[in-house]
Amino acid sequence: MPKYVIVGASAAGIGAVEAIREVDPVGTITVISEEPCPQYSRPMISDLVSGKANFEKMMCREDEFWEKNDVQALTGRTALSLNLADKYVALDKGDRVNFEKLLIATGGKPFVPKIEGADKEGVYTFTTLSDAESLAAKIETAKSAVVVGGGLIGVSVTEALVKRGLKVTMVELKDTILSLILDPTASEMVGNVISNEGVTIITGQSVQRVVGKPEADDVVGGVVLTNGEQVQCDLVIIAIGVIPRMELVSGTDVKTNRGIIVDRFMRTSVSDVYASGDVAEAYDFVFGENRLLPLWPLAQLEGKVAGYNMAGKKADYPGGTAMSALKYFEIPIISVGITNPREDDAYEILVKHEPERNLYKKIVLKDNVIVGMTLVNDIEQAGVLFHLMKNGVTVKKFKQELLSEDFCLATVPRSLRRKVYPGEYR
Amino acid sequence: MKRIIAKEEYCMGCGLCEVYCTVQHSKSKDIIKAYNRENPRPLSRVKLEVHKPVSFAIQCRHCEDAPCVTACLSGAMQKDEETGLVTHDPEKCVGCWTCIMVCPYGAIKMDASGKVVSKCDLCLELEVPACVANCPNGALVYKEVKP
Repeated sequence: MPKYVIVGASAAGIGAVEAIREVDPVGTITVISEEPCPQYSRPMISDLVSGKANFEKMMCREDEFWEKNDVQALTGRTALSLNLADKYVALDKGDRVNFEKLLIATGGKPFVPKIEGADKEGVYTFTTLSDAESLAAKIETAKSAVVVGGGLIGVSVTEALVKRGLKVTMVELKDTILSLILDPTASEMVGNVISNEGVTIITGQSVQRVVGKPEADDVVGGVVLTNGEQVQCDLVIIAIGVIPRMELVSGTDVKTNRGIIVDRFMRTSVSDVYASGDVAEAYDFVFGENRLLPLWPLAQLEGKVAGYNMAGKKADYPGGTAMSALKYFEIPIISVGITNPREDDAYEILVKHEPERNLYKKIVLKDNVIVGMTLVNDIEQAGVLFHLMKNGVTVKKFKQELLSEDFCLATVPRSLRRKVYPGEYR
Repeated sequence: MKRIIAKEEYCMGCGLCEVYCTVQHSKSKDIIKAYNRENPRPLSRVKLEVHKPVSFAIQCRHCEDAPCVTACLSGAMQKDEETGLVTHDPEKCVGCWTCIMVCPYGAIKMDASGKVVSKCDLCLELEVPACVANCPNGALVYKEVKP
C-alpha cells in the first residue's frame, strides 16, 4: 500500500514530494494527476501563448522528476472520491489507491459566471496547459479578443495576446484593474502601459452575453456588455479567477469554508489527511487568520510543509499573505499584503511617487510594523522589506528610510539584524 | 561547505568587491574591456551596502532553506543537494521577479538585460571567489561553515 498519496501534481504536489523524500527516502509515494503531461509551471502558460516559452522551458523540474524521487505517477487519471474510513481514493476506471497519509492538492478551477452564449466556439478559460494550447492554436486565425477579468490571469493573458498581435479589449467589473493587489495609483500606472500597447480597458462593466458571427452563430463574433455596448471579437477569454476544487471532500468529514481548512501543519480536520495549495485555506500572517491565497510560491511552500509533516518531521507553516511579483510589459512591480487600506487611523501610509520616472513606492504600517507594500520600478530590496514584514519587526527607528532608493539591509540597525537574521550573526 | 562571510567591522566601503565581481562575470575577464567595451556592462553580483557608518558587502547567502527556490515559478532557482549551493539557470529564468520578492537579503538583482535575475555563484571556477580574493582589508572571508 502506498504510504503517501498526493492528489494533484502542481506546485503543492511537487513541494510535498520533495519534502517527503528529504525525510523518508523509501516510503512509497503515489501521485494522482489529471494532467496527462509531466509537471509544469502553471503561471507560465501565458508565456507559452506569447511565444516566450515552449513546454520544455515550462517544466519546472527535471524530466525524470518522478523517477528520480521514486514516485508512482498516475498521470491522466482522475480521483473521483475519498473513503476516509477505509483510507482509499477511488479513481476513474474503478481503481482504488489506499493511503496511510493523504495530501489533497487539487488546486483551483476557473470561475465561470453564467454568461449567455458562453458555450460558443472561441470561448476559453485560462488555467491549464491545455487551455493555453487550445488558445495558442487559435491565435493565427484570430484578430481580436475580449478578456473578461482584469486580475492577474486576465492581465497575463492580455499581454500574451497583444504580443501575438491581437487587438484586445479587457473588461473588468471593478473600477480599476488588478484591484485586489494594487491601489488606484499603481493600477493606473499599469493601466496606462497596457493602454499604450493598444488594449482597450473597460471598467465597471461585465459581459452579459456572447454573440455569434453573422455567418455562423455558434462561433464567437462579439460580446454585449452590461451597459448594452457591443464589442466585436473572435475570441473570449474568461479570466475572472479560480475557486478551490473541493469536489473530492464534499460529503466527507473534512471541514471546509471557502477552501479546505488547514492548520499550521497543513492538516485538515480529518487525521492523516492534509491539504495544500489553491484548494486550501491557510494562514495569512498579515490578517492573522486563514484565507484563500491561490499563489504558486505559497502553494509550493504549503506542499512542502505538508510533506514534512506527513513524513513525520514537524514543520509549521509560517503563513503567507497576498504577494505578487509582476512584469507586465516590462514594468517590474511587487505588491505584498495590505496595499490599499481603508481610510483608518490605524494605518500609517508612506508614499513616494515620481510620475516622470514611473516610480511609485508605498508602504503601509500598522503600529510601526509593515503590513503591506507596493513597489513599482524599484523592486530589488523588496525582499528585505518582506522579511521585516514577516517577522513583525518594529521599524519605528528607521521608517523614514524605508522608501529611500538607498534602503538595504545595511539600513536595518545591527541589533535588529542580529535578531531577524540569526544565521548570519552567530 | 564553504561560504562567504562579511566582517562589517573591517569593510571600508571601497567597492573593489563589486569591481572584481563584475570582471569575473564579464566575457573578457579583463577590467578595462569589461568596463569600457562590454555592452551591457556585466553586473556585479555582490552588492556593497552603505549606510554610514555601516558598510558591508552582501551576496547570495545560499540559504539552507532558500525562499527563492521554493518561490521560483520556472524551476530556474535550485538547491544543489551535494554542494548546498543555490544555483540559478538563466536559460530557465523568465524574469518574474518572485525570487526578488522573497530574498530576505535583497541579494538577487535583475540582470543588465532586465529579462532574468542574476546572483552570486560563489565563483566555482576559482579557488576563492573574486570578491573575497580582492578585498584589501579582510572584510570578506571564505570559510567552512556548518550547515
